[in-house]
Amino acid sequence: MEQLVQQILSGLATGAVYASLALALVMIYQATESVNFAQGEMAMFSTYIAWSLVQAGLPFWLAFLLTVAVSFLGGVLIERILIRPVEAAPVLSQVIVFIGLLVIFNSTAGWIFTYTVQEFPSPFGDVPLLGDMITSSELGVIGVTLVVLTLLYVFFRFTPLGFAMRAAAQNPGSARLVGIRVGWMLALGWGLAAAVGAVAGIMVAPVLFLDPNMMSGVLLYAFAGALLGGISSPGGAVVGGLIVGVLENLVGTYLIPTELKLTVALAVIIIILVVRPSGLFGTVMVKRV
Amino acid sequence: MVDAGKIANADLTGSSAAGLSSDGWRRLGVLAVIAVALVLPWLFSNYHVFQFTLAMIYAIALLGLNLLTGYNGQISLGHGAFFAIGGYTTAILMHRWGVPYYLTIAPAGLLSFAIGVLFGLPALRLEGLYLALVTFSLAVAIPQILKYFDSWTGGSQGILLAKPAAPAWFPVGTDRWHYYLALAILLLVFWAGRNLLRSRTGRALVAIRDHPISAVAMGVNPALYKTMAFGVSALMTGIAGSLAALATAFVAPDSFSPFLSISFIVGSVVGGIATISGAVFGGIFIQFVPNVASDISDAAPWAIYGLFLLAFMYLMPQGIAGTLGELCRRLAAARAATMASRRGPLE
Repeated sequence: MEQLVQQILSGLATGAVYASLALALVMIYQATESVNFAQGEMAMFSTYIAWSLVQAGLPFWLAFLLTVAVSFLGGVLIERILIRPVEAAPVLSQVIVFIGLLVIFNSTAGWIFTYTVQEFPSPFGDVPLLGDMITSSELGVIGVTLVVLTLLYVFFRFTPLGFAMRAAAQNPGSARLVGIRVGWMLALGWGLAAAVGAVAGIMVAPVLFLDPNMMSGVLLYAFAGALLGGISSPGGAVVGGLIVGVLENLVGTYLIPTELKLTVALAVIIIILVVRPSGLFGTVMVKRV
Repeated sequence: MVDAGKIANADLTGSSAAGLSSDGWRRLGVLAVIAVALVLPWLFSNYHVFQFTLAMIYAIALLGLNLLTGYNGQISLGHGAFFAIGGYTTAILMHRWGVPYYLTIAPAGLLSFAIGVLFGLPALRLEGLYLALVTFSLAVAIPQILKYFDSWTGGSQGILLAKPAAPAWFPVGTDRWHYYLALAILLLVFWAGRNLLRSRTGRALVAIRDHPISAVAMGVNPALYKTMAFGVSALMTGIAGSLAALATAFVAPDSFSPFLSISFIVGSVVGGIATISGAVFGGIFIQFVPNVASDISDAAPWAIYGLFLLAFMYLMPQGIAGTLGELCRRLAAARAATMASRRGPLE
């Protein structure tokens, strides 16, 4: 019983990271109806920036804030320079552009920082808490994720800019008519997604260790989480990410050998999706004929 | 997505030049390409012949993907899995039971077909991104499954095969034999694929993609056609996997990583997703462009590859075949216009 609670809590910690990245995917999806497959590699690259800053002697939290700011700018620039030209292209062509970005980030990170696995410092230490139920780093990850989610919720719910961004995503034509610069709202969305991704990368790096391929598995789980929760619902994506994290941990501990962990976790998600094709919290699309 | 009019290939303008209809020109072009393909292995070294062989094998796999994703609108990011199933069927049949290699190609295709149909059933309930996730999961799972059942698959070591030599009645050397074998099967699969897509089945597939509800109203059974599309697509890709196992004489889980599936969708889109000839361009792209990229930069070859992808999508968002087709149509229209203006005053 104690082990079960322990596994669930540690699953929630990894799930929190999946939830952040899933949220980043949903933010771009809502605005553009396409999934940014390069989100994970962008987060990996951000994490390397944070690592370099810490190596250069900056205190952890300053490096953290700087990285998030740089990632935000990077996301805005990528949208403006690289994504804008294919805005009107077929969806699959956009997917290829995302795959192109993915390999560019992966290869460039390997080139600059080498493929050697690096240790990444955890700002929360590794102290067992609550009678060995949870470690301080796991609690820290959950806490940071909650803060980020609350900030995003407040931003999109209560600020004029947040409203403008939602308007631009939901109804670009009308948004443009009331004077919102839709193109720039998209770019801001990319910036925010990149910043949230950077937080996810920095949070997961102490657990997975840092190397250029660190995020490929995380992205898949985040994608699965986003779809599980329903890709049209930000709250659903967060819950979906958490469920995937817990599920992954429990399946790996109790059911089957770790070599097949990924396979079985994905199979479970697929079964859920076959039963509920729009995800747990997604709205069912109604098509007009 | 490409609209249906472009796919139907119906050249209604009926433009003609030098006494040949545009269909005649197309037939002539295909014959010329086949003639070049027949001569090619005698002009290059064995290593290059091997590379051409792989490019053709990829083209067969991509035709399967084009049929499913391009014509039927079902996205698959997991076709590497069917490639693996084809390859491993051939390898296990040869290695365990000593079946002659030429008898393993058909079973490889049939097993892929069966698994493709089974996989197409749950896929019926899923669309777009959801299908992309499910198929990509298949691509992620396949190497793990292959490693796990190691008594059959040889685990992560894989299976080493004896490379089949050319038969006595066709003494051209091993590499050229595999080249001609791949070419023969490529022509067969492309001929069958073209006939399939130009028949009522092909029109039903396109109708389901473009407007499922109208398709049902016209009496098309979407469930039947969609699962069959999955099966036939897997069949083609499985045959390609079988040929690849023969040509490389080796299968191992790591040759079928998710990256292979990503390469397939890249090849498909860069070649031209809802076209037949696009599969050939795509095959050439995924075989040769990574080599070109590593020639340009040893340090970060995949960054160069990524830049190639961006450039291709900026310049030709419809893929190579789509852009070439567009170009041909424009040329034909321009020629028709000049002909008309030249004829004008006399009439």
